[in-house]
Amino acid sequence: MKAPDFDYLRPGTLAEAIAILSEHEGEAQPLAGGQSLMPMMNFRVAAPAVLVDLSALSELRGITRTDTSVRIGAMTRYRELADWANICTDLPLIAVALPHIAHDAIRNRGTIGGSLALADAAAEMPALMLALGATIELMGPNGTRHVPADDFFQGFYDTACEADELIVAVDIPLAPEAKFGFHELVQRHGDYAMAGVAIKATSLAPLSGLRIAFFGVSDRALRVPALEAALDGTSGDEAAIAAALPALEAIEFEGDLKVSAKTRAHYAGVALKRALAEMLA
Amino acid sequence: MTGPATIFDKPNTYIGQPTPRADAARLLQGRGRFVDDLQLPRMVHAAFFRSPHAHARILSIDTTAARAAPGVVAVYTGAELAEHVTPYVGVLTHLAGLRSAPQHPIAIDVARWQGEPLVMVIAQTRAQAEDACELIEADLEELPPAVDAETALTADAPVIHADFGSNLAWERKVDVGHIDNAFAAPDVTIVEREFRFGRHTGVTLESRGTVCDFDPSEQTLTMHYSGQAPHMMQVILSRHIGVAEENVRVISNDVGGSFGIKIHTYGDEIAAAAAAKLLKRPVKFIADRMESFMTDIHARDHVVKARMGISAEGSIVGIDFHDLTGVGPYSMYPRTSAIECNQVLNLTGAPYALENYRAHGQVVFQNKNMMCQYRAVGHPIAMAVADGLLEDAARAIGKDPVEVRRRNLMRDDSYPRASASGMKLDDLSHQKALEKLVEIMDYDALRADQIKMREKGIYRGIGFVSMVEVTNPSPMFYGVGGAHIASMDGATVRLDAAGALHVSSSITEQGQGTNAILGQIAAGVFGVPIERVKVTTGDTATVPYGGGTWASRGAGIGGEAMLQAAHALKTQVLDVAGVMLQSPVAALDIRNGAVVDAETGAERITLDALARTVYYRGNELPSDLKPELIATRHYRVTDFPFVFTNGAMAAHVEVDTETGFVKVLHFWAVEDCGRVINPMLVDEQVRGGVVQGIGGALYEECLYSPEGQLLNTTMADYIVPMASEMPEITVAHIETPTKTSVLGAKGAGEAGTGGAPAALLNAVNDALSPMDTSIWQMPMTPERILKALGKV
Ligand SMILES: Cc1cc2nc3c(=O)[nH]c(=O)nc-3n(C[C@H](O)[C@H](O)[C@H](O)COP(=O)(O)OP(=O)(O)OC[C@H]3O[C@@H](n4cnc5c(N)ncnc54)[C@H](O)[C@@H]3O)c2cc1C
Repeated sequence: MKAPDFDYLRPGTLAEAIAILSEHEGEAQPLAGGQSLMPMMNFRVAAPAVLVDLSALSELRGITRTDTSVRIGAMTRYRELADWANICTDLPLIAVALPHIAHDAIRNRGTIGGSLALADAAAEMPALMLALGATIELMGPNGTRHVPADDFFQGFYDTACEADELIVAVDIPLAPEAKFGFHELVQRHGDYAMAGVAIKATSLAPLSGLRIAFFGVSDRALRVPALEAALDGTSGDEAAIAAALPALEAIEFEGDLKVSAKTRAHYAGVALKRALAEMLA
Repeated sequence: MTGPATIFDKPNTYIGQPTPRADAARLLQGRGRFVDDLQLPRMVHAAFFRSPHAHARILSIDTTAARAAPGVVAVYTGAELAEHVTPYVGVLTHLAGLRSAPQHPIAIDVARWQGEPLVMVIAQTRAQAEDACELIEADLEELPPAVDAETALTADAPVIHADFGSNLAWERKVDVGHIDNAFAAPDVTIVEREFRFGRHTGVTLESRGTVCDFDPSEQTLTMHYSGQAPHMMQVILSRHIGVAEENVRVISNDVGGSFGIKIHTYGDEIAAAAAAKLLKRPVKFIADRMESFMTDIHARDHVVKARMGISAEGSIVGIDFHDLTGVGPYSMYPRTSAIECNQVLNLTGAPYALENYRAHGQVVFQNKNMMCQYRAVGHPIAMAVADGLLEDAARAIGKDPVEVRRRNLMRDDSYPRASASGMKLDDLSHQKALEKLVEIMDYDALRADQIKMREKGIYRGIGFVSMVEVTNPSPMFYGVGGAHIASMDGATVRLDAAGALHVSSSITEQGQGTNAILGQIAAGVFGVPIERVKVTTGDTATVPYGGGTWASRGAGIGGEAMLQAAHALKTQVLDVAGVMLQSPVAALDIRNGAVVDAETGAERITLDALARTVYYRGNELPSDLKPELIATRHYRVTDFPFVFTNGAMAAHVEVDTETGFVKVLHFWAVEDCGRVINPMLVDEQVRGGVVQGIGGALYEECLYSPEGQLLNTTMADYIVPMASEMPEITVAHIETPTKTSVLGAKGAGEAGTGGAPAALLNAVNDALSPMDTSIWQMPMTPERILKALGKV
């Protein structure tokens, strides 16, 4: 379990980093917190010829708040997010979800950009971005692009971020009146979810403005428009949930070593029910 | 046993005290000396190209590119290495009929499990060795594998060793009493269940590893070894690599966990030792986590079909079962892979007074990694089968499980006696342990809570186990069958010129506190402050000969040897003091580093003054006084094959019936390990053992595809218990010292692992009982529980 040889570069500016990525087309890979990439390299699942360490890029750092949104630099670590003074008031959904992402040691290094770029189907961050209606800011040789989270996650470890692009930041609209829900099913605290859900609602009675994002259910984090529509305007009580649950059939549930696709489907419903119950309590 | 009567109530004894471990600070400050910390001059690194298939004929292996790769020093195929290493066969004569085929460290013609070494690459760095492994071209013809133990004996199963004609490795039958008659009696209720126990493995924090070095000038082979039985390894290396036994030195410094994983012969370690000899330079091999999952011995893997008969009043009339266990393609060398099944047959129902007992065990070969002795060998199976059936039977006849145990447990005043399977039992306390358990857990309150919670749709369960544990094995365990494994242990105690004690022992330290209890015993029995005892273990060049630490034998056997040696040295020192002080020896004692007046405690001469006189100024002593300030003693268990311990445990769980998740709310363990030498260490052994038992019951399983591919080889996919999910574990003791030694200590290391799974199984089934369903498969994963509930 030793990585094969690679070159290591640590550019000082974003422009330089992009130049390196385009120069080595497909052979270079960015390194953020390394919490996913380093194990993959040691397992020899990933074998980039050039590793581009993003840690010196000041353009990818910092959390800034405007009147309407919060911009989080891609290299912001989970730990820095948790320590941000406004996290509970401005981004309560993220505040609630953070302790469920891995463990302290990993949160001390793992970054929001790394999590979104990796797009693990069971990771929390992609689903949070979907629920919050975030926009992902990408930079490549042709300049900057802004991709809504809804269009960003495209499949199994597959995103809108091209090989010569970097995630620079995410932009999350402020929603001071909104209500949030979060629930994930794990056997051990900190594990990747066996199924989980993140919810945003603009009002609770009745439920409206719903954005419901699932993770740990299929090949990527996703929303189910029919489910949101079915719950919109209801009280979110047991009968309403029961009536909405068939909409989950739109998800192509995936099985793994721990649970079958069928159990996942069941778990998605349980997570939804519990998250709504906690929101409405 | 005769011996010093006063050692346990002396004013300065350490025995029985929660004395902090001397090595804890060193380990916590990162000063541990593990195998991978070793950097020797000219050291090179081994990596292995391993079989990607469960069963394959090796047509050809091309290592040309690997040999030419940067940093590569040598490459060995199985055939090349076989010229330098003799094969080994994992059979022992007392396991009559057990068969296994000769095994080579690296496969030669046929690979028989995924992960079996096919080529060893030695390079300047491990990364280079792994790079070169990727350049090896192996032409392998896949053969149909026999993966599933349950079909391994069918007529159309591929036979793994053609000469044997079938995949049966061993079988044993026990038939005591008249089970059929007993079951046919009119008021007898029969419960019948099929138990499934998944494979799991030890997951030691420090993976297996070795640094081997060979010095051609003296023909000496030194193995730095993360292992539990250095003298056993010394014999194995000598016999199979061809170095005189006295020229093999095995050193086990700090070992980061072992759990029985590190008492076996692994091809990669033997190959690394052979390479060191061939290359005449140090070779390091450290198993990475993936290799650990694929090649560290696995354990359990049993299917048990079992029946119990119970009378209307709740008397168990008998147990009848068939145990099938798959052990991989070979019986592991040198301890064999039949021991676990043998233990299941020996131990099932052993806490209970049974008159009728019938058991049939079958051990089969299959194309999976090898299965062998892991913490609590056979115990979790034996306990879960007997106590699972007991609680099932109690439910069937509408009786409380504690009541049924009270009726059937062997009485505390009925020893010595034998179990139904013929095990000699003595000094056990099942009744006391159960009563203490019921008291500390507040059983009645838990039952009341259970009823109240059910009304709210919360399903809690309480489950018990009464158990025995095999500890302090005698020569009847291995030696009798021809294994070159010592059942005795030795201890040496030496007084130095500064009045400090240097002690050494053949038992080994793997994190459980062996060195700490050796120090306590020596300090207490001899009479010095514990800070003045220096303990050495784990080096065949310097410690007395002996077995090492496994089978819960360290404290009971190695501890007794230390007690005897410390006592002998004390007598020797007092003889010298008597002459120097012109005093009758009986009037003297050694306390707190000084020879004192036995009656008043007044200091007569300090040990350093005495030792300096002896060592430096012998001219002051009479010429006929021949002081010996060193003593060695050995000890082995006689008259009993094992010293059994007992315990009673209970689990309180909550089952989320919507998700199948099990939350362990509380766990209680009452353990009788005889004399407790250090309560802090014993309690943590029990707790650690319970946690490992929870792992087997709820989380851990080595999953194979039908083709024999191990599917979970990372710690993300193979899940172990973690602190945040673990319950409060309350530990209490009954102390019934064994009469086989002065120390009176029995083993304590495996009880938790042996007992916890049964208690958890019973607790989960108790929780599920209102839904009229139950589960008999471990680990009890959420999905399996949901299936039992009919939810998925
Ligand atoms: C034991 C363990 C448990 C974990 N549990 C969880 C969990 O429960 N939930 C969870 O969500 N995660 C979990 N993780 C993963 C963790 O959150 C990772 O840190 C995260 O997924 C990746 O972030 P990183 O900064 O470490 O990225 P890296 O590992 O450095 O990179 C990940 C990938 O993203 C690419 N990349 C990184 N930054 C950028 C960028 N700015 N632009 C473009 N591409 C980029 C890299 O090239 C790489 O392909 C766990 C990890 C471990 C080791």
